Amino acid sequence: MSHKKSRGRGGGGGAAASGDGHEDLARPPPLQAVLLADSFTLKFRPITLERPKVLLPLVHMPMIEYTLTWLESAGVEDAFVFCCAHSHQVKEYLEKAGWAGKSGPGSMAVTAVESHDAISAGDALRVIYDRGVIHGDFVLISGDTVSNMSLKDALQEHMDRKKKDPLAVMTMVIKHSKPSILTHQTRLGNDEIVMAIDPETKELLYYEDRADNSHLYITIDKDILNNNPTLQLHNDMEDCYIDICSPEVLSLFTDNFDYQHLRRHFVKGLLVDDIMGYKIYTHELRSGYAARIDNFRSYDTVSKDVIQRWTYPMVPDVISSRDCSESRLHRQGVYKASDVTLSPSAQIGANSVVGSVTSIGDHCKVLNSVIGEGCKIGKNVLINGSFIWDNVIIEDGCKVSNSLVCDGVHLRAGAIVEPGCVLSFKVEVGKNVVVPAHSKVSLLPQPSNEDSDEELEYADTNSGITDSPPFSSMRSNGDQSTVPLEEDESGTSETGTCGVVGYIWTSVDTGIVEEWRQSIAPIPKEKLEELLHAVSDDDGSEDESNNPTLPDKDDSSDSVVEDDDHISKFEKEVEETFQRALGGGVNRDNLILEINGLRLAYSLQHADCAGAVFYSVMKSALVAAQSTNDTLLKTTADALGKWKDLLRNYTKTVDEEMEILLKFEEMCQETTKEFSLLFPKILPYLYDTEVVSEDAILRWAEEKEHADESDKVFVKQSEGFIKWLKEAEEEDDEEEE
Amino acid sequence: MDFQVVVLAGGTSDSEKLSPLVSKDVPKALLPVANRPVLSYALDLLEASDLKDLIVVVEGQEAAQLVDAWVSSAYLDRLRVEVVVVSEDLGSAGALRAISKRLTANDILVVSGDLVTDVLPGAVAATHRRNGAAVTALLCSVPVSGPSDTASSSGKDKAKKPNRLNVVGLDRSKQFLLHIVSGTDVEKDVQVHKRKIQVVGRMEIRSDLMDAHLYAFKRTILQDVLEHKEAYRSIRLEVLPYLVRSQLRSAPSGGSGTAVDETGSSAVQSSGNLQCLSQHRVIASSAFKQNVLSRSSGGHRCCAYIATKSKYCHRLNSIQSYCDINRDVIGEASHLSGYSFSTQNNIIHPSSVLGSKTTIGPHCILAEGSQLGDKCSVKRSVIGRHCRIGSNVKIVNSVVMNHVVIEDGCHIQGSVVCNNVQLQERAVLKDCQVGAGYIVTAGSEHKAESLARKYSEL
Repeated sequence: MSHKKSRGRGGGGGAAASGDGHEDLARPPPLQAVLLADSFTLKFRPITLERPKVLLPLVHMPMIEYTLTWLESAGVEDAFVFCCAHSHQVKEYLEKAGWAGKSGPGSMAVTAVESHDAISAGDALRVIYDRGVIHGDFVLISGDTVSNMSLKDALQEHMDRKKKDPLAVMTMVIKHSKPSILTHQTRLGNDEIVMAIDPETKELLYYEDRADNSHLYITIDKDILNNNPTLQLHNDMEDCYIDICSPEVLSLFTDNFDYQHLRRHFVKGLLVDDIMGYKIYTHELRSGYAARIDNFRSYDTVSKDVIQRWTYPMVPDVISSRDCSESRLHRQGVYKASDVTLSPSAQIGANSVVGSVTSIGDHCKVLNSVIGEGCKIGKNVLINGSFIWDNVIIEDGCKVSNSLVCDGVHLRAGAIVEPGCVLSFKVEVGKNVVVPAHSKVSLLPQPSNEDSDEELEYADTNSGITDSPPFSSMRSNGDQSTVPLEEDESGTSETGTCGVVGYIWTSVDTGIVEEWRQSIAPIPKEKLEELLHAVSDDDGSEDESNNPTLPDKDDSSDSVVEDDDHISKFEKEVEETFQRALGGGVNRDNLILEINGLRLAYSLQHADCAGAVFYSVMKSALVAAQSTNDTLLKTTADALGKWKDLLRNYTKTVDEEMEILLKFEEMCQETTKEFSLLFPKILPYLYDTEVVSEDAILRWAEEKEHADESDKVFVKQSEGFIKWLKEAEEEDDEEEE
Repeated sequence: MDFQVVVLAGGTSDSEKLSPLVSKDVPKALLPVANRPVLSYALDLLEASDLKDLIVVVEGQEAAQLVDAWVSSAYLDRLRVEVVVVSEDLGSAGALRAISKRLTANDILVVSGDLVTDVLPGAVAATHRRNGAAVTALLCSVPVSGPSDTASSSGKDKAKKPNRLNVVGLDRSKQFLLHIVSGTDVEKDVQVHKRKIQVVGRMEIRSDLMDAHLYAFKRTILQDVLEHKEAYRSIRLEVLPYLVRSQLRSAPSGGSGTAVDETGSSAVQSSGNLQCLSQHRVIASSAFKQNVLSRSSGGHRCCAYIATKSKYCHRLNSIQSYCDINRDVIGEASHLSGYSFSTQNNIIHPSSVLGSKTTIGPHCILAEGSQLGDKCSVKRSVIGRHCRIGSNVKIVNSVVMNHVVIEDGCHIQGSVVCNNVQLQERAVLKDCQVGAGYIVTAGSEHKAESLARKYSEL
């Protein structure tokens, strides 16, 4: 039903827009916006299992409220809210908050566009394209963006550029933000990005996000350099994810149906593949605020910016959620609703917000925190740098630091929530329980790998929620069976009510490394020190890798070692091939082919093959034989008889035959000493099977004559045979004469 | 100023690129540009910057004697010049290494003797001092070959151009040199170390700048590099890139402490105790300067002095550049020549003799004692001293050095004719270089050739 409705509306809006165009050609088409009410990531899990991200409260107001308010103030007339996950909640909210169905001059028409099978921004834009509701340039934004920038300049730039160059399809809004050298991430917890921008035209030439340190170098194509003699490499810019797009962008997404991610696929695609010569430009935001809440850290950062009024007029006392009572700004950035019940001894520190109907007990301390509506906070509670949403009950003596506590959570007396925790809706924490740092607790179980939701995580390895052990065992039911978190701590509790109601999610894969990066808690000191060491190590390696003289020296010494290695690898492969042939898998012709192939692959000589094949044959004989010398001789004879054709294939010249003899010698001395005693007996056999000719044997004997004594062992052993050969030769000669 | 200046004047054999122009009698430093030795441009410039203590390094004994003789006559009482001989083929870094012991001042200015520019070395030296840099290099726009070039020579130039290009990385203030890749590698894609960008935040990559071979060095660092990197032969290709590369390496030593504090505290601050400041901007600007300055105890800085586009800057290191420089010095960059041009935009020495109906066009120089016959035409060319030129001779876009005899009916276009050359009747030269003493036979036509006497090749 809702589906139908949105469709009807979208069509209506489109018709109206085109009608306007006919009536008055001078009037530009109304400015439209596409708002993605789904981030297509899992970074806000487990909260987003129950509520869509855009509806999460950011200092008392859902994020989407900020985005829509800004769009309206920026002069957008037509906004399409694309919802996917929890779409009914989003639509309900739009109705309730009065966005949907608004009409009339000066106000923005908001239309919900729903799709349930979209798994990425790319899919969303393809759906929008299919609806045919976008007619001109539009603002592409995600529903978790907080901004107060003026769109006028950026829009004007975009229009002017398009007039000159119709290929300029997109203008990205970027703003200055220098990532930390140590953590390589911005204040908002985003990964640093590297962009190359033409300083004159502001054209984007290169974009690399997720700049992990595995690539030490940025590589800029020489063509880019040839076309742009000057370009600026930026590491100090942040992508605001506010894009002004031409309608072509939508058709590009439709044409390239594999585009999923706006940046990783679309922007990179246009830059690298040079599709139709389309160009992307940037607009640097110099005044005004724009930030996207992408993860918990940016949630924290943006919240604080809102409290400190950087986002004016999007601040708590100017725009407040429509149904709640007004909150007022007090000294030191403290916002309090009028009906707060505050104990006189409670202390509200600077930059805090307390929602209406909330009561705070004696001797409480609230520092840098946001407390929602209808919360009941007991005595002696310390809340530091945390976000407490609505209707939370915190009993006496609790401590919450740098954590996110969702609606309806119940912290029993003495509970301690360590930094970086996320307690999802209605989680209960028992008395004196310590929730360890960076835990994520939800009433809903963690989806396992097979869960179809996992597909959402295309190309996004950041929040690795992976297969987890069955948590049902850890589930505690009310007060009876409890989860002993931190055994020693819970041991101190006097009552039996310790533990947590809910599943504790693990993020096994990426572990704590990612956890601290994007959590609400500040980066621990130790981590910074650790990173510092990494940085200084980096320095050393940079120098080495940059030094062109070093590798040269290494190369020459390496090559010799490599050569030996090379041959032994080859021999091994030949042996394996031969083994397969023995197993009956390969026939003889194919075996020769295979060995020749290996020889080419290793770029070796024919003679090397002879040695390797001979080695394999002898090895097979050794395997077949029992340990005694007699059987070894017999199996050797058998093997040689069986494979003489193969060997002869490789012994076409005297050199190759020599190679076999030398190999045989080497084997007897080094690898397979079992043969050493049989050498004189096997040699005649080699001669008989015509694997080795008498020329080769005589030459071998001749060469060895001048060698060391140790080398002559085998020549001496087979002295008789050699002598016989010589005599036979002389006889031959005589006969010929 | 406590600056010692080293002028690397080359020798006679150093560049094959300049044969047959350079010969035993005319070392590279004494090649005439608008009838003045090229070295005089650099020396005049140094004099104008009040840099008067010079060491002129010449390769080869004979060349050194010639240079010494010329310098001592031309700059007597003007500059304190010491001409030092080094052996040939040492390369620029090798030559510096050879004279390293003579360097005593805190800062050393190294100038290539083949530089023709109007950028004041004093300005580079001042920048060097101001930044406390280890090295400051003069970068200038790549000179363009003018429209007066013939098709073939501009084609040649196009082929050469990419090779000469440097890829240079600068910080946002365009003062610090962060990355440098010398011309030969440019055919490949450019790789920039990520750490560098991370430290500076923003790097400007320029590929339209040329290393003018004018550097200011801190002496201790220069001597250190020369001593420890014995294999380095070229300043431009090895010493400078090495210094640029090793800028960041100093991090682990003393200076790092401050750098950590800065970044560390800012990270903690952003989410920890709040201050009523936007951290956006706090962290951002001037980060590099702070970083670098705080580290300066351990490391060093490489700076660049970028000449504005209006400045002229050209190195005489090829035949093409020789023609270009001559063209420019008598043409658009005529203020460099030091001559005052007539209302016809040319200079005709009063002692020269012109035949009837002979025209000398604008952008020409005709030096003393030269004679031209009737109906000659000279356009955009330089003619040296005591040349005897017959009738009906056309000289366009060319350089004719001293004591050249050109007989009737010769046509010379886009060529360089060295000392004592004889062109017999009706010889035609187009885009040629004629070595000293060569005789071009009557009626012969040459196009894009290099002509030289046999013995000079030996």
